[in-house]
Amino acid sequence: MKRILIAGAALLVLSACATKPDPEVEVVERPVVEEPRPVFEAPKDVLPPVAQQPDTFEVDPNLPTPGSIDDFAYQSGGEPRVFFGYDQYDLSAEARDVLRRQANWLNVYTNSTAIVEGHADERGTREYNLALGARRADSVKAFLVSQGVAPNRLRTISYGKERPIDGRPSADGWARNRNSLTNVRLGSIS
Amino acid sequence: MTRITRILPMLLGWLLLLTFSTSAHAQLEIDITKGNLDPVQIAVPDFLATTQAERELGEKVSAVIRADLERSGLFKALDPASFLETQTNIDYKPTFADWRVIKADALVSGRIKTESDSRVLVEFRLWDVFAGQQLKGVRFATTPDNWRRTAHKASDAIYEALTGESGYFDSRIVFIDEKGPKINRTKRLAIMDQDGDSPVYLLGGSDLVLTPRFSPNSQTIVYMSYENDNPHIYLLDIETGRRELLGDFPGMTFAPRFSPKGDKLILSMARRGNSDIYLMDLRTRSTTRLTTDPAIDVSASFAPDGRKIVFNSDRGSSPQIYQMDADGKNVKRISFGKGRYSAPVWSPRGDKIAFVRSQKGKFGIGVMDVDGKNERMLTESYLDESPTWSPNGRVILFSRDNRGSKNGSEVWSVDLTGQNLRRVETPGQASDPAWSPLLP
Repeated sequence: MKRILIAGAALLVLSACATKPDPEVEVVERPVVEEPRPVFEAPKDVLPPVAQQPDTFEVDPNLPTPGSIDDFAYQSGGEPRVFFGYDQYDLSAEARDVLRRQANWLNVYTNSTAIVEGHADERGTREYNLALGARRADSVKAFLVSQGVAPNRLRTISYGKERPIDGRPSADGWARNRNSLTNVRLGSIS
Repeated sequence: MTRITRILPMLLGWLLLLTFSTSAHAQLEIDITKGNLDPVQIAVPDFLATTQAERELGEKVSAVIRADLERSGLFKALDPASFLETQTNIDYKPTFADWRVIKADALVSGRIKTESDSRVLVEFRLWDVFAGQQLKGVRFATTPDNWRRTAHKASDAIYEALTGESGYFDSRIVFIDEKGPKINRTKRLAIMDQDGDSPVYLLGGSDLVLTPRFSPNSQTIVYMSYENDNPHIYLLDIETGRRELLGDFPGMTFAPRFSPKGDKLILSMARRGNSDIYLMDLRTRSTTRLTTDPAIDVSASFAPDGRKIVFNSDRGSSPQIYQMDADGKNVKRISFGKGRYSAPVWSPRGDKIAFVRSQKGKFGIGVMDVDGKNERMLTESYLDESPTWSPNGRVILFSRDNRGSKNGSEVWSVDLTGQNLRRVETPGQASDPAWSPLLP
């Protein structure tokens, strides 16, 4: 895999999961960003993180190419999905955290677009779940927009219960299937 | 004596009604509203024929009639090996004593007659064995290759003569054929005869398709497709194969159903995450929004008189069944039992609403009166859904998915009474069945 060692300042802003500082790499102060008002109320006892990202950056040859679709997944915490409760479409603190990182990436790589997919588990009838998936996708889109992503870069689609990622007919399987996937593309929305 | 002890409970229960009290003859009649306590024993000998070709046709026609009637659960088709009389001419009265001995309640004696290379006559007489009376005589003129539909039409005529209601055998079922495991499943629009025969694909299968529904008065289907990653609804003319995307809507359109006259569609559209119900005029293509609630409003279904609409909404926090006027006014909730309700479908007879109820991790098909009263659950499994009514409103087909089943989704049928639960043969995994009206 071809590595790009030149890391722009913008890239540093969105880096995640640095393990230890690398003296070879220039450390750039992250710009002060005023966080937009969240569209969904956070639970009262959970405060937003003081700083969104570690402000150091390390070029690890095992990391995906910055700006790639793999990189987006990596920056989202491995898989660009957020998960929901049964018949719910509100975003948990954890989901908002993942989505903030997605928004940061999208705000850096502005030539990218995303299709936000809403998914449901099989514990509901087909048409109701299509509507539920639409709500979930819209929750995610609205949050990303609140984080500065232009609405015309995001398109939503509901798959209802038609595209499960976990075939287990159990609570664990259903929980995995209640999600929204931010499906990033480099280029315009088709 | 044995004959009387056998007939008596049927008389008292549901089977035989003396419709002409002045007549000396009893009239064999089935009351299908009571549920199947004891099926009518019906003898359907192979239709008489003179040539070998006619004989083969006669055997096939009789076999399809026997199978149709048996599947209804209202009849028991007696084994032809038990028959004592071999009729040689259906224009003479049968020897009723011979049929009474084998406990036949009804007898169908039929004949195949070739008129020309392209035309055969299929005719039969339906006899009330106990009364020694002809109940019906029917003659169909058809082409030899149309024998199967002719047999279904004969079954419908027999069903109608004995129950007083129109049949449902000469009809088709459109459904979604499924292949592959849950996490990698392909779905394809298909159609088959009501008895599972002659399944054919209607579309290529490259796009995800869902929820096909029949027009009440033409061979047209409306369904949802993810063609071009754009979930919208399409019309498909089964005869011509002509397909048409309906409307250029900004949001997903789904959950379509025809109006009773077939000139309008009721559907849901999701805009900014909110699903509402719209009415589309198929001639002008204009749409009218019927619901404006921020809740989920889906699965709308018209009453057969076109005046009311039943639909699914979670406006009261959990999904329940609501009813409104055809213009969207006078919304009221009609489901009040325990659990979550969805997928309501108005019966073509107008007297019942079928629905899905989930409770304690199970999903079942139920029916209720149109005001929500007299709720009755008919089935239950890990996942029963997508109910659809037979053209006469007496049978419900639905999808069933058993927990962890390797068979995947299956199509099942159950009577309105909750009796006669049975699996419907499909070529493979199948879901979202939708029953056609009776064929013309």
